[in-house]
Amino acid sequence: MDGDSVKLIGFWASPPVLRVKWALALKGIEYQYVEEDLSNKSDMLLNYNPVYKKVPVLVHQGKPLAESLLILEYIDETWKQNPLLPHSPYERAHARFWSKFVDDKCVPTVIAAFSKGGEEQQKAAEEARENLKMLEVGLEGKRFFGGDKIGFVDIAIGWLPYWIGIVEEIVGMNLIDADSMPKLNSWFHAFLDIPIIKECMPPHDKLLNHTKAFLQVLTSSSSP
Amino acid sequence: MEDKPSEVVLFGSWYSPYTSRVALALKLKGIPFKYVEENLSNKSELLLKYNPTHKKVPVLLHNGMPICESLIILEYIDEVWNHAPKLLPEDPYQRARVRFWANYTDQKIMPASYPILLLKGEEKQKAIEDMEEMQRVLEEGIKQDFPEQFSFFNGNTMGLLDIVMGVNSYNYKAFHEVTNSEIIGPKNPKIFMWVNAMKEHPLMKDTLPPHDKVVAMLKSMIAPTPDV
Repeated sequence: MDGDSVKLIGFWASPPVLRVKWALALKGIEYQYVEEDLSNKSDMLLNYNPVYKKVPVLVHQGKPLAESLLILEYIDETWKQNPLLPHSPYERAHARFWSKFVDDKCVPTVIAAFSKGGEEQQKAAEEARENLKMLEVGLEGKRFFGGDKIGFVDIAIGWLPYWIGIVEEIVGMNLIDADSMPKLNSWFHAFLDIPIIKECMPPHDKLLNHTKAFLQVLTSSSSP
Repeated sequence: MEDKPSEVVLFGSWYSPYTSRVALALKLKGIPFKYVEENLSNKSELLLKYNPTHKKVPVLLHNGMPICESLIILEYIDEVWNHAPKLLPEDPYQRARVRFWANYTDQKIMPASYPILLLKGEEKQKAIEDMEEMQRVLEEGIKQDFPEQFSFFNGNTMGLLDIVMGVNSYNYKAFHEVTNSEIIGPKNPKIFMWVNAMKEHPLMKDTLPPHDKVVAMLKSMIAPTPDV
């Protein structure tokens, strides 16, 4: 569409921003990208997202949108090519369910598994593995969560195994392995192999160093 | 007694606002359904089968297939039974704003009620102040996103956001009584006006639990130590 300005305000290491980048790339939407310094947030960001003050923010025709999963739904409804959500209401409900499940359950338990110590860590790791294993239900009989092609859930959650892999390197603990989660493991490798997905990923070493610093903050602020 | 596959079944709990949301949406759309009251301290096999991930209510069963999470269920209802009244607006940006505030309610406001209920003294006061700030944010946001003065956010008929916040309209009254606070009041004029409009809607009166029952339930959740 002519004169249809799309701007994405983001941070290079942010998974929710990555979701939006993937969605825009899959739909072939041109946009202006603005990198935020999260330690010194711009007036523009605070203006566009006064409630949460976070990235990503998508600005379309001057109107701001926050919250990555909502942004994905908006993108899907506004640009109809390459649909992200499935067609049937039941499958759409499932897609929304799994995406939310990752944010609400998987992410907090994964963070706990990496940031706690001693016995608490064991317990947290068990819980995290249980939650991750549950995702395999969503993959039942399919190559990707979206079926033969990637869709909403794949781009909503595809960042998680990559991030987990990075933290596994740092902490030396294994959360996802091919034996206990074969479907999840092969899905993840197939997902990462897709050129458009790979292109948007932050560079491995840069992300590793950034995550090390992030983990230090986490572990110093949580109880021993 | 087997359910016919096309039957709609709602598994819920009488004091769960999330359940009330779904019941309201079904009634609003004129969809006949069977209601199954769950005892949450002794969950049924069926509930655990239909919601193995969260083991929670509400669960909507349609064509023998379960849908979980109240906001997801509301969107499902709107898509399957897509006749009027529509729960979500047509315009994608408006839809995004409705979803934003519904999520804000669930992520921020709903969990914030527990500290007010369960804490005492200074901690309780802090929790009340936190909640008041969230309500202020909500008030400002609603004013900005829905500037016209309708009875409901959906215009003249209830929509998703009305449902989400409307079930709290009854709970607030009981909540204020039990916690001796005033979270929603004339200081949130837009929300207050609209909460009062919601209270009068016949479907609200028909669906939400009686005030005294809610008061008793809330009281039973509070620790039995005296107020400081």
